[in-house]
Amino acid sequence: MPEGDINLNFESDEVERLKEVGIEFDPKRRAATFLQEDQSVKTVASFYRGVEIMSIREALKKYDWLKDYFWKALRRDQDDFTKEVDSEDFNGYFIRAPPNSKVEIPVEACLYLKKAGKQKVHNVIIAEENSELNIISGCASHRSAIGMHIGVSEIFVKKNAKLSFTMIHNWNYDVEVRPRTGIIVEDGGTYISNYILLNPVKYVQMYPTAYLNRDAKAVFSSVIVALEGSEVDVGSRAVLKGENSSAEIVSRTISKGGKIISRGHIVGEAPGVKGHLECRGLMLSENGFILAIPELEARHPNVELSHEAAVGKIAEDEIFYLMARGLSRDEATSAIVRGFMEIEIKGLPEVLKMAIDQAIQSMGEKLL
Amino acid sequence: MLRVVNLGVEIGGRRILENVNLYIREGETLALFGPNGSGKTTLLNALIGNPSYKIVSGRVIFKKKDITSLPPDERAKMGMGISFQTPPKISGVKLIDVLKYCAKIGGYREEDIFEMAKRLKLEDHLYRAVNVGFSGGEVKRSEILQLMLMNPDFVMLDEPDSGVDLENIVLLGEAMKELLERNKKKDERKKAGIIITHQGYILDYVDADYGVVLYRGKVACMGDPADILRQIRKYGYEGCMEKCLKEI
Ligand SMILES: Nc1ncnc2c1ncn2[C@@H]1O[C@H](COP(=O)(O)OP(=O)(O)OP(=O)(O)O)[C@@H](O)[C@H]1O
Ligand SMILES: [Mg+2]
Repeated sequence: MPEGDINLNFESDEVERLKEVGIEFDPKRRAATFLQEDQSVKTVASFYRGVEIMSIREALKKYDWLKDYFWKALRRDQDDFTKEVDSEDFNGYFIRAPPNSKVEIPVEACLYLKKAGKQKVHNVIIAEENSELNIISGCASHRSAIGMHIGVSEIFVKKNAKLSFTMIHNWNYDVEVRPRTGIIVEDGGTYISNYILLNPVKYVQMYPTAYLNRDAKAVFSSVIVALEGSEVDVGSRAVLKGENSSAEIVSRTISKGGKIISRGHIVGEAPGVKGHLECRGLMLSENGFILAIPELEARHPNVELSHEAAVGKIAEDEIFYLMARGLSRDEATSAIVRGFMEIEIKGLPEVLKMAIDQAIQSMGEKLL
Repeated sequence: MLRVVNLGVEIGGRRILENVNLYIREGETLALFGPNGSGKTTLLNALIGNPSYKIVSGRVIFKKKDITSLPPDERAKMGMGISFQTPPKISGVKLIDVLKYCAKIGGYREEDIFEMAKRLKLEDHLYRAVNVGFSGGEVKRSEILQLMLMNPDFVMLDEPDSGVDLENIVLLGEAMKELLERNKKKDERKKAGIIITHQGYILDYVDADYGVVLYRGKVACMGDPADILRQIRKYGYEGCMEKCLKEI
């Protein structure tokens, strides 16, 4: 295992951008770090015995069995973007928690788009049986980068393992983003996904899908802000294949002039499965757009699927209530907007919660 | 301290209050009665400046200033405070965050928040979203806690005793007594207020100076609060009204 500092040649404003997506430069606060700029891997370091982290190319050389994990959680011909990644010139990370290992300090993986026209990534994450792993994935671009990020991620949560995957995006108006994510959660496994997008982007489109086996559980939470000029088409899908599996999908979207399509889809295929979808959208300006599309699909009589969706402006009676307590209209609005974005995320280590809270707090003030 | 002149209020184009006149001096507490839907809550909302309640005539004068078109936060800063009958649930905004603003207005320190929360048995609710999943009695206590920290000069209480169990009535009663300085000697009282109550339990703790009955959006009678309550209990509102009219 390589040891040592996170050694980078980033300029200070780049460091700031990476910090905004939760990337820590203090090795004490991360179990392992992976940094990729454009197509080349800049840093790989594991500070904690037990977590394996390396570039996917290196991993393919090291482990013969790894190729069997390729295109297992996703179809290689799913669309033009998966096809494009299914080529020779991809890179990406491989992260693996060995059986029974428990790593509470998060592992960080950062994909940074600096000048490449296209960043093609294929990641594989494996949480082996009974392991616990927390990953924070920060994806960002240089302020002046123009291009596209296509990120294929195949995630495997083995029997009774628990994986949390927190992704914070920080792009710019010239970047188009096409993540493609498939997750297979084996019996009794838990997958927690958090997605945060608060800054401008040209276009993000993704629909990560989790396949859940017996007693497995998935929780998807996302907080999305679309500023004027941004277009976001994002959803989460859970296919409840195994008995008593469950899924919860919660999204909070805010349009401040941008376009948002917020999707959610839960498929119940086995007896005793439960799923709940919650889409809430807030319109903060005249010219925004939010389309919420919650979908529930039952393929077995003994399933319990439900959804709530609400889109609109901030409730006047809530603003008034706070004003009667002495908050100005702006303070009241900002408190409500911040509260709206603060989704309760369970099962996340404190450091990750803090990273998310900080990002949301500062955005809540900027939105006014 | 407060003068309401010929107040007329509309909600969604419907006239709710007509020609309401009130005059409340420093140190005075008024008990407001009236059947369901008579406009009591509407009156308090108009006084605190709820924008959904449209003032179509008249004026509200507070501390010698015309506040008829002032936004609610300015009224709060001038020393008006209200405990709502049915406050909204605000998911995401924690009680503690609201209390910090209240304490700022009332000139309290952050430590005081915890002390008062303990007194009102809400120390476990501080980090919960305001009113979300609060029981009926907890909502009432949370409203009073906010008011205590705001320490307003003019206190408006909209049915603070409805749905509160006997033990909590004692707790809330004592708190409101302090809020309205009813524990002080008559000539030392500086605070004033309005209390809306149906059952009148709260009046055992806060001995209101006089009572007013609001009927179909109008002030229908005025008198000793205990008398009024007795009449209402005995003869109902209609009966009370008849008796009132005779007396006037
Ligand atoms: N937001 C609103 N929209 C429409 N009508 C309203 C609204 N608020 C109040 N009203 C109407 O105004 C009238 C007076 O209501 P108000 O709440 O002031 O009554 P109240 O005297 O406080 O009654 P209660 O004793 O039941 O609390 C009622 O007929 C009520 O339906
Ligand atoms: Mg009322």
